Amino acid sequence: MVAAVALIAYYAPEDADQGLSQKIFYFHVPIALTAYACFGWGAWKALRHLWKRQPGADLESYVAIHHGVIFGAMTLITGSIWAKISWGVWWAWSSNQLVLFLVLFLFYSAYFMLRFSVDDGPQRANLCAVYALFGVALIPVSFLAIRLANDFIHPTVFTSQGPQMSDSMFLTFCVSWAAMLALASTLYRVELAGKRLDARLRELRELLA
Amino acid sequence: MTYLADVAALARKDLLLELRARETLPAMALFVIAALVIFHFALPSGSSDLAAEGLLWVAIVFTALLGLARAFVAEREHAVMDGLVLAPCDRSAIWLGKGLAVLGFLATVELIGLPAFAIFFHGVGARTIAGVALADVGICAVGTFVAAMAAASRTRELVLPLLFLPLAIPVVIGGVGASVVTGGNRYLGFLALYDAVFAIICWASFEYVVTE
Repeated sequence: MVAAVALIAYYAPEDADQGLSQKIFYFHVPIALTAYACFGWGAWKALRHLWKRQPGADLESYVAIHHGVIFGAMTLITGSIWAKISWGVWWAWSSNQLVLFLVLFLFYSAYFMLRFSVDDGPQRANLCAVYALFGVALIPVSFLAIRLANDFIHPTVFTSQGPQMSDSMFLTFCVSWAAMLALASTLYRVELAGKRLDARLRELRELLA
Repeated sequence: MTYLADVAALARKDLLLELRARETLPAMALFVIAALVIFHFALPSGSSDLAAEGLLWVAIVFTALLGLARAFVAEREHAVMDGLVLAPCDRSAIWLGKGLAVLGFLATVELIGLPAFAIFFHGVGARTIAGVALADVGICAVGTFVAAMAAASRTRELVLPLLFLPLAIPVVIGGVGASVVTGGNRYLGFLALYDAVFAIICWASFEYVVTE
C-alpha cells in the first residue's frame, strides 16, 4: 500500500491532458478491478457451495460479496470525483463503467436484502449462492447493454492493442492494483475469521443453554 | 415427453386458477391503463414521442412486477410448493410451467396495453412489438425465478422489486433501443441473447431455490 502511494505521488508522470487529477486513476481503476475480483470470488464460492456442498463456502461467498459491494461503492465515489474534476459533472451517464457499477451496486445490495430476510439455514445458503451466480451472468450482459445504449466519452485505457500507458504509469498501476487486492484479501480474511468466531460462539452458547 | 406434459399441466393449473378466480389479470390490465394515463400527464405537451416510447417500457416492467408479486401466492398460502417439490417431476418444470403462465398473463395484458398506448400516444412499430415479445420472455424467465426466491423470504413483496429491477435494466435498455433507434435490429439480437443466457441459468439452478 505504502509503496503504491509513494509511486503514485512521486513516480508516475502527470497526464498531459488531465494533469494532477489523473492520479485518481491509480485508485479508481484498481478499486474497480478489485470489486470485480471480489464478485467473481463470491460467485466461485457460491458455485463450490452448490456443486460440491463445500462447508463454509456460503459464508465465504457472502464475505467476498460484502467486500465487493464496499469496493463497488468506493469505485462509484472515486469515479464521481474524477468525473467532477475532468468533465465538470458529478455523474456522467455516458461513462459506461460507472453506470455498470451502479447497476451492480443495486444488484448486490439486493443480495443483502435477500440474505437478511431469509431465515438462516440451508435454503438461505442456496438462494444466496444462486443469486451470486446470477451476478456474474449479469456483469457481461449489463456491460453489453450499457455499451449498446451509449456512445463513448470514457477514455478506453485497455484496448485490443494492450494497455495504452507508458511503462512507468503501467508499473504504478500494477503496484496499486496489487495493493488493493492485498487490502481486499486482508479484509476478507479478517471478516471471515470474525464471522467464524461468531458462529462458533453461537454453537457453544447453544451447547451450554 | 413427460417433462413437457408436466410443464403443460403446471401452466394449465395456473391459467385455470386465474380463469376461476380472476384476480391477477384484471388488476394488471387496469394498472397498465392507469399507468399510461399517468404518463400522459407526466409528459408535458411538446415532449418528444421518444419519451413516450421509453415510458411504455416503464409501464411494461412495472405491470410485469405486479403480476410476478402474485405469481407464487397460491403456492405459499396453501403450501402447494411442498407438494410440487415432492411430486415426481423435474423441479425446473415448476419454473417453466409458472413462467409460461406468467408469460400468458403478460401477453394478454399487452394485447390491451399496446393498443391503448397506440391510441393515447402514437402508433407502435413492428420492431417495438418484436422487442416487447422478446422482452416478455426474458422478464418472465427471470421474474418467475426471483419471485420464487422472494416467496421464500420473510419480506416477500418488499424484496421482489429489489431483486427484479436490477436484472430488468438490460431488458429495458434493449427494448427502448429496439423501439427508438433506427435500424435497431442489434437490440433485438441483444434481447434474444439475454433471454437465452438467463433462461439457461434459471432452468439449471431452479432446483436449488425450492429444495434445501
